[in-house]
Amino acid sequence: MDLLTLLQLLDSTLRLATPLLLACLAGLFSERAGIFDIGLEGKMLAAAFLSAAIAAVTGSVWLGLLAGIFASLLLSAIHGLASITFRGNQLISGVAINFLAAGLTVVIAQSWFAEGGRTPQLAGAARFNPITLPGAEALRDVPVLGPIYYELISGHTIIVYLALLIVPITAWVLFSTRFGLRLRAVGENPAAVDTAGISVVGLRFAAVAICGVLCGIAGAYLATALQAGFTKDMSAGRGYIALAALIFAKWRPVYCLWACLLFGFLQAIALRSDLIERVLQFNIQSQLLDALPYILTVVILAGFVGKAIPPRAGGEPYVKER
Amino acid sequence: MTAPAIELKGISKAFGPVQANKDISIRVMPGTIHGIIGENGAGKSTLMSILYGFYKADKGEIFIGGTKTDIPDSQSAIAAGIGMVFQHFKLVENFTVLENIILGAEDSGLLRPSLSRARRELKALADEYELNVDPDAIVEDIGVGMQQRVEILKALYRQADILILDEPTGVLTPAEADHLFRILENLRREGKTIILITHKLREIMDITDTVSVMRRGEMTATVKTVDTSPQELAELMVGRKVLLRVEKTPASPGDVILDVQDLNVTDAKGVHRVKGISFNVRAGEILGIAGVAGNGQSELLEVLGGYEKASGQITVNGTPIDLTGQKSDGQSRRRRGIAHVPEDRQAEGLIMDYAAWENTAFGYHHDAKYRNGLFMNNAAILQDTTEKMERFDVRPPDPKLAAKNFSGGNQQKIVLAREIERNPDLLLIGQPTRGVDIGAIEFIHQQIVALRDQGKAILLVSVELEEILALSDRIAVMFDGHIMGERDPAQTDEKELGLLMAGMTGNPSQVSVKDIEENLAHAGTGKV
Repeated sequence: MDLLTLLQLLDSTLRLATPLLLACLAGLFSERAGIFDIGLEGKMLAAAFLSAAIAAVTGSVWLGLLAGIFASLLLSAIHGLASITFRGNQLISGVAINFLAAGLTVVIAQSWFAEGGRTPQLAGAARFNPITLPGAEALRDVPVLGPIYYELISGHTIIVYLALLIVPITAWVLFSTRFGLRLRAVGENPAAVDTAGISVVGLRFAAVAICGVLCGIAGAYLATALQAGFTKDMSAGRGYIALAALIFAKWRPVYCLWACLLFGFLQAIALRSDLIERVLQFNIQSQLLDALPYILTVVILAGFVGKAIPPRAGGEPYVKER
Repeated sequence: MTAPAIELKGISKAFGPVQANKDISIRVMPGTIHGIIGENGAGKSTLMSILYGFYKADKGEIFIGGTKTDIPDSQSAIAAGIGMVFQHFKLVENFTVLENIILGAEDSGLLRPSLSRARRELKALADEYELNVDPDAIVEDIGVGMQQRVEILKALYRQADILILDEPTGVLTPAEADHLFRILENLRREGKTIILITHKLREIMDITDTVSVMRRGEMTATVKTVDTSPQELAELMVGRKVLLRVEKTPASPGDVILDVQDLNVTDAKGVHRVKGISFNVRAGEILGIAGVAGNGQSELLEVLGGYEKASGQITVNGTPIDLTGQKSDGQSRRRRGIAHVPEDRQAEGLIMDYAAWENTAFGYHHDAKYRNGLFMNNAAILQDTTEKMERFDVRPPDPKLAAKNFSGGNQQKIVLAREIERNPDLLLIGQPTRGVDIGAIEFIHQQIVALRDQGKAILLVSVELEEILALSDRIAVMFDGHIMGERDPAQTDEKELGLLMAGMTGNPSQVSVKDIEENLAHAGTGKV
């Protein structure tokens, strides 16, 4: 395998890891605050649909992005209402959101655009286009470093860079700010937060809202950057893989990056069965390759993670005791 | 004349039909320690929750330092200078001590300046009040004594002038409790006001200046501590004369009933809980096992009760019992004449949603007298339960009431009635009076002694040293899975036993609280 092929593979890894990373960090904020969120998938899907629809109608991808975030936030609000305000079961609320999103997106898309549950193809300013970083063209012919800069580092959409930037920001917020300290505390022992005179409900809603924004960006990226429009079930289980990556990463931001890159790499490989055949000298069925990220998820969750301790108050509604 | 640090006027609070607090008024002067004593459910916790902004009183007024103050939430309680140390600590276990101290009292959006200020202040507070803690330790790695000091420091860091402590000594060894009281005296000397909620009469007598007694939601008396006696306080709490001492004659032990040799227990997580202990219990005696919770006593009871596996040898009446966990369960143990009153009556002793009559048949539901061919003879069980409830003075005497609707003491009486009336050779009894009020404690203790006098063997496990000393004929102390030694209750005291509970022997006056805490922090974790 030559350098160029490897770079293409890694380039594709980065693109595919981006929605996983955004969703994974979204889940991190929510779960660190004690709210399990199995509805990442549904929120991404809803955001993908609304962002593509608004981008198609207005021709502006930025309006599309805002619309995507709005859709995701709306579902977050439902999840917050069910699991924080009414102290419902967080898993059930999440599952409901996934079903809701899977059904509603297709139905609304069909009645709106009448294209078989899709949105129209996006082009030009209705999509996030690759950015060529300064000097990429000029350095292209420098040996080794040139191709790395041109192929791998340059030429992604703004969302990819944004996602990478959010990793250190998340780590900083979580471990160096007052908000982060309180957020982590509310996921570990909400009673400690409550008796310290801080609102448990307020903190948890803040966390769920951040989760909604990040999921919204992830969904918009799927429909307006990775693809050129919304198709049915286009999130394709990425929300669940992001959850697996979150557990794999032990709820730590930088580990999230590595975990998502690993899953992104597997997805990239699955797309390049020709490469596998060339390197390994035998043919692997493409279905098997497609299944690889999911198989890895199962293997990882079955116990390759080592000791992953979730936030201790995770999944439990907070009830003030006497 | 100085204004009272805190004054409550006519506080009332009802939960549905239950009047938890009825027209309560107290005045606590600054720089004093005020005790509030009362039985479980007397309304102490509700009153304190109102003071800390957890509940809003239906009626009444609160004055802090002479000014009428509204406390709608904990934030305002903190702002009014009230600090609370809960019975169950409100600490984030995987945070450091420092992070716990500043949580909610940070100076700015960034943590670093707050952390360094807290570090400086902690040092000053430690020197001033003997409140030494390790600021960088993770809370779950330190002992309960230090965790409690973190809670006190949290309150002081927030400039609290009034400190409320809810049952603070329940988890402490005697030496640690003495240390806590020294801290409280230091705080009083600096002009802080302290409210101490407890059910232990001795603590009230030892440290408070004034004391209020609560019964059934009402404040029945407020007196100067020097003008009262434990006996009087107990009567005020219960509303009748109570026997504080257990009356019992010397034991006349007979044959060995229970013999344990080289018993080892490893729990599901692979932690070695019981480390090769040997002891026996004879007919007609009570062997008390003292120790801080989590040092192997629970596992010992579980093995004897038949639901935990172990290695070693245990004989009952000379015949070995199965320890592999395959051929034993509660049923087979009962057939061998072992009755068991488990430590956690709500989780293991009763099914809380089932009625009293169903609960009294549990474990014995295969008995011929409870059966009618294939079916249960419900009428017989009901009849039997009604009689038991009468004999054990269970209130209310309604066999159809669900177990969860009885008070702690009455729940325990139901379990006791079921186990004792089976006429066992050996009674295992764990924490017989945990969460039980004084009146019921008296009754339960009498029943245990009566059973002993009938020539039964009794193994008593309790974390309450007073109870161990009052009931036992012999005392064994467990620490980190070992038996540290056996003592004759007539020839030992709380100080010596407290030391053994921390894994130490020697002269009590030469051992520091720090050593005790370090030993206890590591016990039961496999790190000793």
